[in-house]
Amino acid sequence: MPINLEVPKKHRVLIDQAHQVAMNMLRPISRKYDVAEHEYPKELDMLAAMIDGLSESGASEGAGAAGVRRDAATDDASVKNGANMASVTSVAEMCWGDTGLLLSMPRQGLGNSAIASVASDEQQERFKGKWASMAITEPHFGSDSAAIHTTAVLDGDDYVLNGEKIFVTSGERSDCIVVWATLDKSLGRAAIKSFVVEKDTPGVKVERLEEKLGIRASDTAVITFTDARVPKENLLGDPEINVGKGFAGAMATFDNTRPLVAAMAVGCARAALDLTRELLADAGVEIDYDRPAMLQSAAAARFLQLESDWEGGRLLTLQAAWMADNRKPNSLEASMAKAKAGRVGSDVTLSCVELCASVGYSENELLEKWARDSKILDIFEGTQQIQQLIVARRVLGLSSAELK
Amino acid sequence: MSLISNLKPGGRHGVPASESRDPIGYLVAGLNRLAQTDLLDRVRLRKPTEQVVFSVTRSGFKTITRASRTFARSGERDRPGVRPTPARHSGTFDLTPSEDEQMLVDVVSEFAAEVVRPAAAHADDRCSAPSDLIDSSLEIGLPILGLPEELGGVAEQRSATAGVLVAEALAHGDMGLAVAALAPGSVATALGLWGTDAQQQTYLPAFTGDGAPAATLALNEPRVLFDVLAPATTATRSGDGYLLNGTKSLVARGADAELFVVGAALDGVPTLFLVESSTEGLTVEGDPAMGVRAASMTSLHLTDVRVPADAVLGATDGSTYTECVRLSRLAWCALAIGTAQAVLDYVTPYVKEREAFGEPVAHRQSVAFMVADIAIELQAMRLLTYRAAARAAAGKDFSREVALARKACADKGMRIGLDGVQLLGGHGFVKEHPVERWYRDLRAIGVMEGTVLV
Repeated sequence: MPINLEVPKKHRVLIDQAHQVAMNMLRPISRKYDVAEHEYPKELDMLAAMIDGLSESGASEGAGAAGVRRDAATDDASVKNGANMASVTSVAEMCWGDTGLLLSMPRQGLGNSAIASVASDEQQERFKGKWASMAITEPHFGSDSAAIHTTAVLDGDDYVLNGEKIFVTSGERSDCIVVWATLDKSLGRAAIKSFVVEKDTPGVKVERLEEKLGIRASDTAVITFTDARVPKENLLGDPEINVGKGFAGAMATFDNTRPLVAAMAVGCARAALDLTRELLADAGVEIDYDRPAMLQSAAAARFLQLESDWEGGRLLTLQAAWMADNRKPNSLEASMAKAKAGRVGSDVTLSCVELCASVGYSENELLEKWARDSKILDIFEGTQQIQQLIVARRVLGLSSAELK
Repeated sequence: MSLISNLKPGGRHGVPASESRDPIGYLVAGLNRLAQTDLLDRVRLRKPTEQVVFSVTRSGFKTITRASRTFARSGERDRPGVRPTPARHSGTFDLTPSEDEQMLVDVVSEFAAEVVRPAAAHADDRCSAPSDLIDSSLEIGLPILGLPEELGGVAEQRSATAGVLVAEALAHGDMGLAVAALAPGSVATALGLWGTDAQQQTYLPAFTGDGAPAATLALNEPRVLFDVLAPATTATRSGDGYLLNGTKSLVARGADAELFVVGAALDGVPTLFLVESSTEGLTVEGDPAMGVRAASMTSLHLTDVRVPADAVLGATDGSTYTECVRLSRLAWCALAIGTAQAVLDYVTPYVKEREAFGEPVAHRQSVAFMVADIAIELQAMRLLTYRAAARAAAGKDFSREVALARKACADKGMRIGLDGVQLLGGHGFVKEHPVERWYRDLRAIGVMEGTVLV
């Protein structure tokens, strides 16, 4: 079959559903929870129930942020458009509605993605139905995940965790937290493991919630762990410290979550493009795809550039998902997608504010909100610079010791 | 013309008309002209023999177009020609080329690496493609790639995707030579897409037989802020035919071409016309440009060129012309991808080998991130182009997709050319390395219209 870059028809139903939810459920409460930053968006409980119902009925495939596991079953040679493709397209639709609310979707946390990606079948079953947030960052480091100070010490049948985690998305609302901690600081990256920690574990405390530039509907928590005892079967992946293997195990999660964050940027930016196209048309500026941009108004030329960049980010995201669905290694493409979509998300949303002048800047429209929401997407799950570093190392064939 | 008026500034040598020359300026300008004349004589550039040998490298040298072979009239004028069928697909998102496409890409890639790339620098310098290289391209079957089997071609169905993959692979060798090799096939593809039965029967046998003619798709015009959809070249009805008047610029292989497809406004609507090179009123002039030089760019002057009524190719409502423009832009996008990939493949080992301050420059983020961005933007360009191509092949509307691809390929492609030179520093500026040629070639994207088509 020939090359085709259209979203498959069989995902259309799912995408249309997500679009209707975004338009009719998220948009009406978008500003409300932007203003009321730490209030729980109770409307989402009903939405989550609806999504669970849909997935149980089989009417949808991998809606939301979960379902990025690489399925070992059904090993035939045909090209698949599966759960990863479904996830990035539906996440993009939801973020067209509201990125902050998407990130607040019960049971669709980044921790759920981690569990779906690396947990054993037994763990999958045990954590089914739980809302899992992800705790990596600590006060003294961001991008340098190897610098983790939080410790996990095996004591009998439990690991005992101590440390402080910041920027935990849905940290207050989630049922459990996927915590990255080191078994032995002296052994570097290889000793870093992730643990599923139930929120009601003694010693786990949500210290405070951050006040943020954007995605204000989503709670971002500071959480401390003081002698928090976690059953040893809650460790995700291999408990042995394999110095040769390094960071690979824990980092594999990112191959699956980065396309999702790229999809968020794609969705958020499309919201801005869609509205700006209409506002420009109202102002008498129509985009002509055939005439040279130089012969159209500066606004139309700018819009063409933004749309072109946006489409590039969107297609890179689909490519990364397609590779995951077909079990091709995709860490290079995942980073490419996130780098491109992340920076395009900012350029598009900020430029749309500029194009729409005070209409864009005012809180009467959502353009200014999208320009705030988009910024985080070029930061979390690996900043723009980290993605460039990953791409550069891969393309140039350099180690992390050579290209720092 | 007096000496003084000849030396008036404005419009020449890049001097704006607002500049004025004082007496010293006139003296200097006059001396300069004298010196040039002297120089010309001393190096014997005006050898009588060269007066008759057309060379694109010398702009301003005009001659009549080449005599064309006799295209024997055949077929029915009012019957639509054979059309390629749209590509079938399952609706699955898939970036894997078909087996046939992959085989084609493998053959063309080998040709690009072993024949095209080694010939590129010399061809760029001479503004001409080696004839054996063009002959080999005919053997591979480049001119008939886009033609359906019924017309003697190789395509089972609409093959815009295969066209893109081939153009990309060829341009990885060299963009200028790729254009020289692809120009005839573009005319053949256009005849396949829009020709009447008579046009197909008259012209296509030459392309599908041995020794396919040079042919070219002339849409560019030498005008600032040129809008390809509003050509200044006109077609006026005269008798039962048309008179064409105007100038086309950057016409690939115009001096060799035996068949032109020329864009002209008919009643204000852009329309394509088939013009045989032996038609009276055609002159061709060397028009070498910044890059894509191996394609032997020329200007084509049309002065009361009389063509018959059935010289119109496709519809007269502008739809054929617009589709042609879009498919040409798609081909230029494919060329941009190939050349940008060549840049990436060249700078990657270079920055790892080149040392500064005791280690490879690739170990610095400012260098490494430039390479990363080349890789990222190149892949985005590729996906944008493939999507537009796949939609074109499937017979879907692709106007938006090709516009977005072209924007990316023009902007990011040029950026890649620029960074390619920058990454080599001073070495990138000299002709010992090909990056300066790629820099010149990549500026063509977004400027060039027509010429190639998938």
